[in-house]
Amino acid sequence: MSEVDLSVTLAGVRLKNPIVPVSGTFGFGREYGQYFDLERLGGMCVKGLTLHPRNGNPPPRVAETPMGMLNSVGLQNPGVEAFLAQEWPRLRELDTVTIANISGNTPAEYGQMCEMLSAAGVPLIEVNVSCPNVKAGGLAYGTRPDLAAEVTREAKAHAGRTPVMVKLSPNVTDIAGIARAVADAGADAISLINTLRGMRIDTETRRPILRMNTGGLSGPAVLPVALRMVWEVHSAVDLPILGMGGVSDALTAVEMLLAGATAVGMGSAIFADPMAPVKTIQGLEDWCAEHGVSAVRELTGGVRPW
Amino acid sequence: MPVQQSCKLVSKVPVGPGAWQFVLEAGEMVDKTFRAPGQFVHIRCGEPRLLRRPISVCACQSDVPEDLLSVVFEVRGQGTAWLAEREEGDSLDVLGLLGNGFQMEREGRYLLAGGGIGVPPLYGCAQFCGGRAVAVLGFRSAQRAILLEPFGKACEDVRLYTDDGSLGATGFVADGVRAVLDKDKNFTAILACGPKPMLRGVAAAAGEYGVPCQVSMEERMACGVGACLGCAIQMADGTMRHVCKDGPVFDAQEVDWNV
Repeated sequence: MSEVDLSVTLAGVRLKNPIVPVSGTFGFGREYGQYFDLERLGGMCVKGLTLHPRNGNPPPRVAETPMGMLNSVGLQNPGVEAFLAQEWPRLRELDTVTIANISGNTPAEYGQMCEMLSAAGVPLIEVNVSCPNVKAGGLAYGTRPDLAAEVTREAKAHAGRTPVMVKLSPNVTDIAGIARAVADAGADAISLINTLRGMRIDTETRRPILRMNTGGLSGPAVLPVALRMVWEVHSAVDLPILGMGGVSDALTAVEMLLAGATAVGMGSAIFADPMAPVKTIQGLEDWCAEHGVSAVRELTGGVRPW
Repeated sequence: MPVQQSCKLVSKVPVGPGAWQFVLEAGEMVDKTFRAPGQFVHIRCGEPRLLRRPISVCACQSDVPEDLLSVVFEVRGQGTAWLAEREEGDSLDVLGLLGNGFQMEREGRYLLAGGGIGVPPLYGCAQFCGGRAVAVLGFRSAQRAILLEPFGKACEDVRLYTDDGSLGATGFVADGVRAVLDKDKNFTAILACGPKPMLRGVAAAAGEYGVPCQVSMEERMACGVGACLGCAIQMADGTMRHVCKDGPVFDAQEVDWNV
């Protein structure tokens, strides 16, 4: 047996290993649970929840890009109440950490959802601040430090003892500034990056491929952007980071850890290979053993910048 | 439970301009995951393409030493172009069999309505019900017609339509469906696969004659297993369903044809 310690601690929550499928790519675990044992995962971020059920956007919702994809699913989900009734009882029995991802129309909605999830015993809440703030003219909460901080404070005020991780949007000029704002507002951890805004066009019809015209870019293509941002945030704030964006195998996971991540998210890579998270966990263990790394947490922030 | 399998390409045959029939050795995929004709496989198509390509199964069988399945696809973009360049003996990374197929009874009598590259999955339906099916197949032109001989052998009757009249009658598949139903409505159901306008027409014809109709739908797809919610289609009751997991086959009456 290997002597590598793969466990990490994210916002006070112990994960048996750092690999976590990210929100929106993994449903509530039912589908990929047919391909591998979910208990092999460090944790999983379930599909983004809203206070009320949402139908999502009209199709087409996905478009391929070089080494990546765009999506405009639009937060289709059954609502937090249905999640707690239909999914959480099954998930809470699993020996892996379920992370509930939430999106609100108002700060009050974030607070309400945090209260419900915390009361149900969900171990970690991920707050998506990439949603539009209606009062601020549709500007995403995550694009302005004061708005991101407001949502963070509201979430923390209602989450009780449940730790709150804030998921940052990369569609900003100064990611470190946003990170500092949510850290000051009491966030227990930060996850990044959410998707980058993008577009593709059908040259025959001259229509955007996505019905919503634009969507979020993910996949291996965004890895360098994600690494840079995780590194900047790790340098700016003293909070654990769930680093995500373009990770597809053990080596890219090691890069993400070295950039400053404590745990590593995987998303689009699972679409290409359902076994990608499991292979990455094994590969990470092998890599550590080969490189004389006895605990994977030693890698966090270990990049040696010039 | 779905299977991810490295499948050997054992036969590659051109069946039309830019269209290929692949026969794959699929381990125990058919044995473990076959539910009904009309399911699909999700095939990786080489880097830099992240996403797999969903392709309906044409025919499949449990076999020794390996299950066999055939798919027919048309080169439509870079992924299918890459696929068409594979050679016999190459291996493909395949997820399958995915989705729910057509709900069929072995003893049923079915009217199969297929258009273009939507024709192949109906071959599995023709086989399933033991020669009692009537097929209405439509193509853009005679040059584009595929699988005529297998359908001829597997069906009670095959009626052909082309847009330009170069083969069979001039007209659309829905016209052919109406012509059949005018004389004979004694079908368990109509099973349709093809482009959306064709499906809409066939669904309308089925409604007019009061014959149940199932349609195989298409949408841009990512995960293929129901996790990402990418391949949504709108249903008549306003809800969203997903081609990969809830479909690809739906009751025609449940689909919102107006969007």
